[in-house]
Amino acid sequence: MELDAALLSRLQFAFTVSFHILFPSVTIGLATFIAIWEGLWLKTRNPVYLQLAKFWIKPFAITFGMGVVSGIVLSYEFGTNFSEFSRITGAVLGPLMAYEVLTAFFLEAGFLGVMLFGWQRVSERMHFFATCIVALGTWISAFWIIVANSWMQTPAGYEIVDGVFQVASWPEVIFNPSMPYRLAHMLLAALITGTFVVAGVCAYYLLRRKYQPMARKGFSMALWFALVLTPLQAFIGDMHGLNVKEHQPIKLAAMEGIWPETETGAPLLLFALPSKADETNHFEIAVPHLASLILTHELDGDLQGLKSVPPEDRPPVAVVFFSFRIMVGLGVLMIAVALYGLWLRRGDRLYSSPLLLRVCTLLTPAGVVATVAGWYVVEVGRQPWLVHGLVRTMDVVSPLPAERVLFSLSLFLITYSLLLGVYLYFMRKLIRKGPPDFASLPEQLIGTHAPGYALAWVKQLDAHEKVH
Amino acid sequence: MELAFFYFLLLGFAILMYVVLDGFDLGLGILYPWFDDESQRDHMMRSISHVWDGNETWLVFGGVVLFAAFPVAYGAILSTLYVPIMIMLIALIFRGVAFEYRFKAHRSKPWWDLAFAVGSSVAAFCQGLMLGSLVQGVDSDAIDGSSLNWLSPFSVLTAFSVMAGYALLASCYLAMKSRGEIRDRAARLGRRLVVAVLIAMALVSLWTLVEAPEIRARWFDGYHLLLLSPLPLLSLGAGWLLFHDLGGKQHEQRPFFLAVALFVLGFAGLVVGLFPYLVPRQLTFMQAQAPVSSLEFLLPGVLIFVPLICAYTFWGYRIFSGKVEDFEEGY
Repeated sequence: MELDAALLSRLQFAFTVSFHILFPSVTIGLATFIAIWEGLWLKTRNPVYLQLAKFWIKPFAITFGMGVVSGIVLSYEFGTNFSEFSRITGAVLGPLMAYEVLTAFFLEAGFLGVMLFGWQRVSERMHFFATCIVALGTWISAFWIIVANSWMQTPAGYEIVDGVFQVASWPEVIFNPSMPYRLAHMLLAALITGTFVVAGVCAYYLLRRKYQPMARKGFSMALWFALVLTPLQAFIGDMHGLNVKEHQPIKLAAMEGIWPETETGAPLLLFALPSKADETNHFEIAVPHLASLILTHELDGDLQGLKSVPPEDRPPVAVVFFSFRIMVGLGVLMIAVALYGLWLRRGDRLYSSPLLLRVCTLLTPAGVVATVAGWYVVEVGRQPWLVHGLVRTMDVVSPLPAERVLFSLSLFLITYSLLLGVYLYFMRKLIRKGPPDFASLPEQLIGTHAPGYALAWVKQLDAHEKVH
Repeated sequence: MELAFFYFLLLGFAILMYVVLDGFDLGLGILYPWFDDESQRDHMMRSISHVWDGNETWLVFGGVVLFAAFPVAYGAILSTLYVPIMIMLIALIFRGVAFEYRFKAHRSKPWWDLAFAVGSSVAAFCQGLMLGSLVQGVDSDAIDGSSLNWLSPFSVLTAFSVMAGYALLASCYLAMKSRGEIRDRAARLGRRLVVAVLIAMALVSLWTLVEAPEIRARWFDGYHLLLLSPLPLLSLGAGWLLFHDLGGKQHEQRPFFLAVALFVLGFAGLVVGLFPYLVPRQLTFMQAQAPVSSLEFLLPGVLIFVPLICAYTFWGYRIFSGKVEDFEEGY
C-alpha cells in the first residue's frame, strides 16, 4: 500500500491536538476554582476552602504539566508538517500566536512556580495573587487561540498578495464574525468541564462518606455553578449555531444531516446513519420541522443542504453528525443534573441522594468528552477547508516523505498512549489519597511551613554570611 | 529593513534566553548519572521544578517569533529538520512530565529518573544536531526519504558540544543552589566541563573556518580579525576565570554568570558567521520577513511584554533565591 504523507500529517495533527485539548479544558476551569477557593479562604478563614485549594492544586499541577508538554508540540507542528500553510498564513496567524505566548504562556509559567512551590516563600496574599494570575493566563491563552482558530473558520480583514495572506485590518482579523460566539462557547465549556470534574470527585467522596465537610462544600459549589453555566451554554451554543448557519452552511448541514440542496421545514434528527455514497440518511428518528424552527425560527424555514456543493467540498458527514449529537446529548444531561440538584436541595437531600451522587461520579469526564466532541464538530466540519473557502487542507501539507511522518506519528501514538495511562493512574492515586488531613491544616501555617518562611530563612542566612 | 532587523535581534534574544535558561535545567538531566543518591536527585529536581516550565516557554517563543516575523524560514527550517525536531519534542515531553510524576511516585521513581535523564540528554543532543545542520546549511529543496541532512560528523560534534555546554551551565547552577557533597561534586564536574566546552568551541570554530570560505573571509579579511579577536580572547578569559572560581568557594554566583558569558560569546561568534542568513547561503532575514503590517502589529506587544516578562521572571528567581532547603516542600 502506498502511504500518503499528507493524510499521515493530518492524522498526526488531529491526534496531537485532540490529546492536547483534554488538558487545557480541565485546567482553565480548575485554575479558576482554585483561585476562588483561595480568595474565600483569605476572606472567611474557613479551613474547608484551604483544604479544597490544597487538594485540587495537585490534580491541577499534573494536568497543567501535560498541557504544557503537549502544547509545545503543536507550536512546532505548523512548520514541520504544514510548511506551505505557514508560508501563506504566517503573516496573520504568526502574530496572533506570538501575542498568545507574550500575554499568556509566560504569565502562566512565571507565576505557576510561585503557585505550586511558593507556599513557604511568599505571603498568603502574594500566593493568592499568583494563583489569580495563573487563572487569568489560562483565560487569555484561550482568547488568542480562539481568535486564530476563528479567523480560519470565518476569515476577515485580509488581502491576498502573490498567493500569500496579508492583513488589511487587524481589528477585523481579531474580531472576525465567529470569534465572540466561539470564545464564549469555549470558555463556558472549560468552566463546565472543571465544574463536573470537581462535582464528580466530591460525589465520589460523599458516596464513600469520606472528607465530608470538604466534599459537601465542593459539591454544593460545583452544582450551583452548573446550574448557572449549563443553561447559559445551551443559549450561547444556539447563538453559535446560528452563526455557523450564516458563515459555514455546509458544516451546519453536516451537523444536522441535511442532504437536499435546500430543505424546507427540516426535521431535527435524533438519530440517523448518514451515508456518503447514497447521499442520504438511513434509519432516521426525527422530530418534524424542529431543525428549521430552531435555526430559522420558522416551522417551514429553508436550510441549505450538503448536495448544494460538489462532493469534494463536503466534510466527512458522519463524524460531524455524531460528534454533534454526543456534545448536545451530554449538554442536556448536564443541565438535567444541575436542575435535579436544585430540586434535591429542598429538604437537604443534596448530599445523600445516591442517584445524584452516582450520576455525578459517572459524569466526571462529561465536560471533557463534550468539549472534545464539540471541537470535532468544528474542525472536521470545516474540512476540506483549512481557511474557509480559500485554502484546502490537502494543498498546504509539507512535502515530506511518508515514512518520516509515519515514524513521528508512531512515536506520538506510543508516547501519548503511555502518558494518558500514567496521567489517569496518578489522578486516581491523588483522588484516593484525598486532601491534606483537616487536623494538619493549621500546622501548614506555622514553623517551617509558614508562608514566606523559606525566603526569610534564606535572607537571614545571607545577612549572617555577610557579617562573618 | 529596520523592522526586520529588529525581529532578527529579537529572534536571537529568544534563542539565547532559551539556551541559557533551559540549558541549565536540561543540563541537570545530563549530569544526573553522576549523582546516584536518591536524596541528591530530589535536591536537583527541587532546584528547578519551579522554573523549568517558564524556561521552556522561551522555546515556544522562539518558534512563534520565527513563525510571525519570518514565516518562510519557519516552514522551510522546521520541515527540513523534521526528524531531530520530532525526537526533541518527544524527549522534552518525557523529561517535562517527570517533574510532576517523580515526586508523587514510589515504585516507579527509577523510571521517572530515567525519563528525566534520557529525555534531557536526547533533547540537548537534538538541539545540537539542529544547530550543526543549520550552520552547515540545510538544503530545503532536496527532501527525500533517504536524505539524512541533519546527521553529519559536524552536526554530531555540535550535538556533543551543546550537551557539554548545558552540563556546564547546570553544574554552575547546582553549585550555587546546594551545599556540601552536592556542591563539591558539581564544582568538580564543572571544572572538567569548562575544559571540554573550550575545546569544543575551538573545534567547531576551526571546522567552520576550514569548511566555509565565506566565514573564513569574514574573519580574516582586512581588519576583521582585529575587530573580532575579543570574541575568542574573552571566551578564553572567561573560561580560565571559571575554572579558577570552581576550584575555590569564595564565589557563590559568579561561576554561573561566567558560564552564561561563555554562551553569549559563543552565540555571538555564531551570529558573526551566519549574518544576515536564517538559512545559510539560501535565505536572509530580509528575504524571509513577513509583511510590514504584521511586523508593526506585533511591535507594541514585544516592546511592552518582553520587558515585563523579564521583570516577573527575575522576580520569580528572587523569590526562590538562595540554596534549596530540605524543609521546602512542593504543593
